[in-house]
Amino acid sequence: MADQTLDAKGLNCPLPILKTKKMLKGMTAGQTLEVMATDPGSIADMTAFCNQTGNELMSQSNEGDVYTFEIKVA
Amino acid sequence: MLDAGDNTKKMTIIVTKGTLDWAYPPFILGTTAAAMDVEVTMFFTFYGLGLLKKDLDLKVTTLGNPAMEMPMGGMHMSMPNIVSMVPGVDRMATTMMKNLIKKKGVASIEDLREAAVDMEVKMIACQMTLDLFELDKKDMIEGIEIGGAATWMEEATKSDINLYI
Repeated sequence: MADQTLDAKGLNCPLPILKTKKMLKGMTAGQTLEVMATDPGSIADMTAFCNQTGNELMSQSNEGDVYTFEIKVA
Repeated sequence: MLDAGDNTKKMTIIVTKGTLDWAYPPFILGTTAAAMDVEVTMFFTFYGLGLLKKDLDLKVTTLGNPAMEMPMGGMHMSMPNIVSMVPGVDRMATTMMKNLIKKKGVASIEDLREAAVDMEVKMIACQMTLDLFELDKKDMIEGIEIGGAATWMEEATKSDINLYI
């Protein structure tokens, strides 16, 4: 179970990333954030975002049109 | 925003265009870069300066844009240059685009600009353009700076990425 959840469904680029960043800012190192998005571009973007910012992308999965990412705060 | 340590990446964007469609690339890239811990400076000049006005009323035109196609009922409607001569066509195209933006969950320019301010993107209004078009800093959003080519140049020489849009 993630510490926080972000519902970014229905939002298009770059909103899922901007909202993820905003959530992460209020969290502490080691906490986890679960992000749900419907933007297919978020698969590549969330990976790039985590690579660049040093936060860990622990898992990603999809069910139907919904992509779920679990991010651990660096 | 992180202090500009050795590892902090920096980016500048020169924003020269003020139509609804051309407003997106600089604000999307600027906010995304800031979200990815890049220190961003946006320099607004000529028609791009209008994007800093408190009240935005951005428009698109079909003129000079033969690539413009609007999705409509599963098809795509092309927008020949000549139709922009017809009164009301640009207004119609603008309304169509704003409806699509809302329907597809794309952020408004106002939202992206607010995100840029929140993430401490440095936004510089071109002094020369203010003079040229008789614009007043009072009509612009809070938190912007005023500067000129040298101000941008100083940032650009220290930046990893410099874009002209």
